[in-house]
Amino acid sequence: MIALSDYLIVAAILFSLSVAGIFLNRKNVLLLLMCIELMLLAVNINFIAFSHYLGDVQGQIFVFFILTVAAAEAAIGLAILVVLFRTRRTINVADLDTLKG
Amino acid sequence: MSFEQFLFYLFAVLLIGSAGMVITRRNPVHAVLFLVLAFFNAAGLWMLAEAEFLAIALVLVYVGAVMVLFLFVVMMLDINIAELRAGFVRNAPVAFVVATIIAIEMIMVLGHSRFGLENYAAPVPKPADYNNTAELGMSLFTEHLYALEIAAVILLVGIIAAISLTLRHRPTTKYQDPGKQVAVKAKDRLKVIKMDAEEKA
Repeated sequence: MIALSDYLIVAAILFSLSVAGIFLNRKNVLLLLMCIELMLLAVNINFIAFSHYLGDVQGQIFVFFILTVAAAEAAIGLAILVVLFRTRRTINVADLDTLKG
Repeated sequence: MSFEQFLFYLFAVLLIGSAGMVITRRNPVHAVLFLVLAFFNAAGLWMLAEAEFLAIALVLVYVGAVMVLFLFVVMMLDINIAELRAGFVRNAPVAFVVATIIAIEMIMVLGHSRFGLENYAAPVPKPADYNNTAELGMSLFTEHLYALEIAAVILLVGIIAAISLTLRHRPTTKYQDPGKQVAVKAKDRLKVIKMDAEEKA
């Protein structure tokens, strides 16, 4: 039988991989957005697993809303990326120093 | 090992493997395609956990719409990959150490001793006439109606934000002004001029 901890461990490994991805590709905004999507996926797997094992449909409701917000976030993030590329001709994080932060 | 377990491990291994490919590929197009594979396998895992509606929604919404949007943007941008990859090797040890620590800590907390089958017994499979979509819809449209409406507003804001961010008016483009088109009168379009008859040359 599949245990709850199996799902949780898969999600934990997925989450740590996406954290590693943020470290590895920290120059590339596009890859950063993709790593955030992977993180959200890991969180959603946890919600689904708990919803299944506790027999409560509320976890799936949460996943539904996370998917909605993530879709809106991806759309706006990519739109910002396109505008950024149009004005600066780069998506390198290191070049985005206009605010002198 | 039962067939379900075999499927679980197949999906899990493919999911982790394709996530690893996403973060290490040189070409962003390949990374997006591996991300599609990762989402697809996650949908398989959700199907095993009897979340059928969300599994299908993940494939339709994520693989069908969001990932295609990513692919579209990746192909539209002419990015210099070599410049963006700078520091990849230098950051790799830090990334590996941090990721390993996070993974080990989480696995220690979430391992079999606390969340194994003894504490959380595998639920009885739902009967064949159980309708996941109906139950989800019943809860969404009664208990969570306001949240659902807020989610709809968020999507609307997303649409408007994406359009207004990327919309640009080029000075060379010719636009029609519907207000002026509607306000025009027949006498503005046709002008009758009195003139003397011309002699044939």
